[in-house]
Amino acid sequence: MSDQSLLSARHLRKMYGARLGCTDVSFDLHEGEVLAVVGESGSGKSTLLSLLSTELEPTAGSVHYRFRTGETRDLASLSEAERRFLLRTDWGFVRQDAREGLRMGVSAGGNVGERLMAVGERHYGQIRGKAIDWLTRVEIEEARVDDMPGSFSGGMRQRLQIARNLVTHPRIVFMDEPTSGLDVSVQARLLDLIRGLVSDLGLAVIIVTHDLAVARLLSHRTMVMRGGRVVETGLTDQVLDDPQDAYTQLLVSSVLPA
Amino acid sequence: MSETGYNFAYLDEGTKRMIRRAILKGIAIPGYQVPFASREMPMPYGWGTGGVQVTAAILGADDVLKVIDQGSDDTTNAVSIRKFFERTAGVETTTATTQATIIQTRHRIPETPLTEDQVLVFQVPIPEPLRFLEPRETETRRLHALADYGLMHVKLYEDIARHGHIATTYAYPVEVDGRYVMDPSPTPKFDNPKMDDCPALQLFGAGREKRIYAVPPYTKVTSLDFEDHPFAVQTFKQPCALCDAHDVYLDEIVLDDRGGRMFVCSDTDHCETRRGEGHRGAMLGTAPEAITAGGNSRV
Ligand SMILES: Nc1ncnc2c1ncn2[C@@H]1O[C@H](COP(=O)(O)OP(=O)(O)OP(=O)(O)O)[C@@H](O)[C@H]1O
Ligand SMILES: [Mg+2]
Repeated sequence: MSDQSLLSARHLRKMYGARLGCTDVSFDLHEGEVLAVVGESGSGKSTLLSLLSTELEPTAGSVHYRFRTGETRDLASLSEAERRFLLRTDWGFVRQDAREGLRMGVSAGGNVGERLMAVGERHYGQIRGKAIDWLTRVEIEEARVDDMPGSFSGGMRQRLQIARNLVTHPRIVFMDEPTSGLDVSVQARLLDLIRGLVSDLGLAVIIVTHDLAVARLLSHRTMVMRGGRVVETGLTDQVLDDPQDAYTQLLVSSVLPA
Repeated sequence: MSETGYNFAYLDEGTKRMIRRAILKGIAIPGYQVPFASREMPMPYGWGTGGVQVTAAILGADDVLKVIDQGSDDTTNAVSIRKFFERTAGVETTTATTQATIIQTRHRIPETPLTEDQVLVFQVPIPEPLRFLEPRETETRRLHALADYGLMHVKLYEDIARHGHIATTYAYPVEVDGRYVMDPSPTPKFDNPKMDDCPALQLFGAGREKRIYAVPPYTKVTSLDFEDHPFAVQTFKQPCALCDAHDVYLDEIVLDDRGGRMFVCSDTDHCETRRGEGHRGAMLGTAPEAITAGGNSRV
């Protein structure tokens, strides 16, 4: 792993029994960098994201992470308590299905405040103040702070997920298809918001998408997967404008369905 | 051997030993929910079979048993459990808190301070304080193991957001000995401070959920709260209308359909004892007989 990198994957492999999830994935992610992972359905994108975020254990390979202290550790060596702490402080996860990323039985304010309470904040007024601040930053009116996520539109739920994750000022946010399933205009607004937050906060992001336009808009680098393997990786503009791999060429020319 | 032909206190000795092992483990790890092989008892689960099994396992021939339900010794539930142990163990029973060595309870802790010579056995319907927000058993166990209790505060946060204050008044969560978060069973939060540094051993039995937990004598028990919304017990504007007691938990009793009502001690033994000592509440002379007598009619 190079000195600068925040997260570093080496030869990651995941088998689901006899079925391949992904294999031989290696890359470095730097601070503030946005990496898009693209590829057809079943190519291993979500599997990779789960390995990176320690939700799944790799069959082989490793992920190293550089902590705020400067210390770099193999994520497999973390205790369960350390791993959970990392997940709710330094990392965030925005899911395609908001019902998996939110507590649907808890108000918007409670959803945003949860991480603060999990790391020990015990002042109601301050927790609520921070929750309202973050709701406003993701363009949810303060008046909705006590509403349940079930009463929110699809786009609002995604924005609520983002606020819920960013409240602890994470360094990396993993996103799995955060905009799919939304109307085109709602998608555009959400992408704008994400782009703004990423540059304001200097966030590193790994975003899984099958939409090349999303990769183009948000990411610095793009990794193309097929059949569980990385077939091409490089600066997003280069990969999308001048693809080297034959499969990427097909993907870019939209011959393949998304 | 009692007249019914059952083993002493109904359960066989093997089962009692199994329950005692769970109790000992619970005492060794205050507030930790110990799984145990809960047995069928000759009464429905809602009647406190967890508490009954704990009591059966610790009961000795010279124990004196008191059973209360919502503070009263005379509800159907309390009377049945008391009779059950009179029949199956032949032990002496009492309604006087000071006379009892074992007190089995549903919903209250007696007002009279407990002593080192007493054991309080709680009947628990739902032992898991995290269940409200996390229904998965595997996950709640992990949260306990990691002392990962942020969710408890999410629940309290929601309370304040909705009601302006912490509206949880029963089963108010506590931290035991600085480690495990525990559901004190559906006692009013009024009783939470009594659990703290209590000289008596406190045992909790959940029959349907097959869990036993314990608070050893003189253990720190803290009610969860926020810095700007500190824990506070319920307060009552007036004293007990029958015995004039202040700082006790009162039940509201509706007297007629014209809005007439009175507030009286929920702990009937405490109330009767005070009246016996000559304390007189504002309505002692005028309240209906059924109420001054305590008993079934109050519930
Ligand atoms: N839990 C699982 N058990 C067995 N096989 C799985 C499991 N999850 C994924 N797979 C398989 O692993 C491969 C990669 O799946 P993955 O979900 O990572 O793909 P993806 O690129 O995220 O697809 P999509 O775009 O449809 O979300 C597929 O063949 C899939 O069937
Ligand atoms: Mg996927």
